[in-house]
Amino acid sequence: MVIHDEPTPGEMLPILPGHSSAGRLERVLRAGHFAVTAELAPPDSANPQDVYARAELFDGYVDAANATDGSGANCHMSSVGICALLTRIGYAPIMQVSCRDKNRIAIQGDVLGAAAMGVSNILCLTGDGVQAGDHPQAKPVFDLDCMSLLETVRGMRDKAEFLSGRKISDPPKVFLGGASNPFAPPLDFRPHRLAKKIAAGAQFIQTNYCFDVPRFKEFMARSRDLGLLEKVFILPGVGPMASARTANWIRNNVPGIYIPDAVIERLAGAKDQKKEGQQLCVELIQELSEIEGVSGIHVMAYRQEESVPEIIKSSGVLQGRVPWYPGRDQKMLQERARS
Amino acid sequence: MYSVRRWAVRHAGGLDRFYQGFETLIVKLHPLWEKIGYQRLERPVAKIEKLCKGLLFDCKMCGQCALSETGMSCSMNCPKNLRNGPCGGVRQNGHCEVKEDMRCVWMEAWDGNRKMQTGERILAVQLPVDFSKKDSSSWLSRVREVQQQAVTERTAEHSSGKQ
Repeated sequence: MVIHDEPTPGEMLPILPGHSSAGRLERVLRAGHFAVTAELAPPDSANPQDVYARAELFDGYVDAANATDGSGANCHMSSVGICALLTRIGYAPIMQVSCRDKNRIAIQGDVLGAAAMGVSNILCLTGDGVQAGDHPQAKPVFDLDCMSLLETVRGMRDKAEFLSGRKISDPPKVFLGGASNPFAPPLDFRPHRLAKKIAAGAQFIQTNYCFDVPRFKEFMARSRDLGLLEKVFILPGVGPMASARTANWIRNNVPGIYIPDAVIERLAGAKDQKKEGQQLCVELIQELSEIEGVSGIHVMAYRQEESVPEIIKSSGVLQGRVPWYPGRDQKMLQERARS
Repeated sequence: MYSVRRWAVRHAGGLDRFYQGFETLIVKLHPLWEKIGYQRLERPVAKIEKLCKGLLFDCKMCGQCALSETGMSCSMNCPKNLRNGPCGGVRQNGHCEVKEDMRCVWMEAWDGNRKMQTGERILAVQLPVDFSKKDSSSWLSRVREVQQQAVTERTAEHSSGKQ
């Protein structure tokens, strides 16, 4: 899909009627296309080229890259910093905001700053506990939780005011997202929690790694019963596992990731475990894309980011659509001229 | 204490009924509280509240009690202070991501909630915590809130009656 009014990098697209942001992700989703998002690996460096190189890996296959905010409670370049670099050259990142490291004053300031730089998508998270990361000595903040964070940012956007009630002259026009983990107990509470997130302002949802399709289907069925599927765009999370050993390690050490035994056995039994992991990911994407209420896919290819284009290509979910990236249109014109 | 806290959740139904009666009583006593002076009452009442609720719920005295919305499981015992339900990090055995030995506060809340008559209150979105209320009495603040509501309703009725 070529959007005819592609922006000059750094300039905003017009906001379409009924949209909350100028962002490309919201446009793709509202137009009914199958959206692809992917997690960008944040660098442990102050070099902007590191960010650009990692973003470039997804060119042509991803609608929006997630800029993580100290995911797993590990320290990396900040999500605001990554977004500042990416929006400079026209990318449309999803800025993740976690409640673990910042209080409401810092967060609201970041939201304004990010929106001013052209960030159109914000994903509101609670964040992993500090015990999970490389700085377990840090003071956990958790001034807000993901739900009150959603409410706060929605208030900034729709009521044009801070939590304190003070007015904002130009509100941040952002598309709001939340996370969901349909695989963590108490399972029967999860659809209700999704309902709460929507009530608090979530417009799109990215889920944790989804390896158990029957369990996910059950979650979607309950969400449909609650009338939630028309109110929100759901992008289940997937990712290739490098080996049975990695999968096992992730299952035991990363909070909130559920990997059934069958997946680990399948990987362990394969000749080329890495390839099998990628193949499984392709199959999962295809299977998940068929489920009612699934609007896209979120790929978290931790330490295998370079495999994302191939995985998306093999899955066929883009159906020939080429998501925008810097220089896409010139490249396409050149190719057309050549043929 | 952890075991007492879990006992309270198991008896959430009874405690909820007690709380409703207790609230009606302290709201009725508003004229008395006013006579003594809310400011003068604040410290001793907060002390008593801390003692009772500390024993029963491991109360953290946030000053804006949400026990009726959280199945009688105090959500301030969640290491992430979550007021709106369990995070995605709950272990498959139902234990906390941060404190491995503790059952998730929200697993408890969901259990307790089932035992309460007013079970749908857990589904309401809770506002950000007001940390300036920490260590103040949520009982007294609730009485004043109910009084304020009654006054607003009366004024609304009065003005609509005039029209």
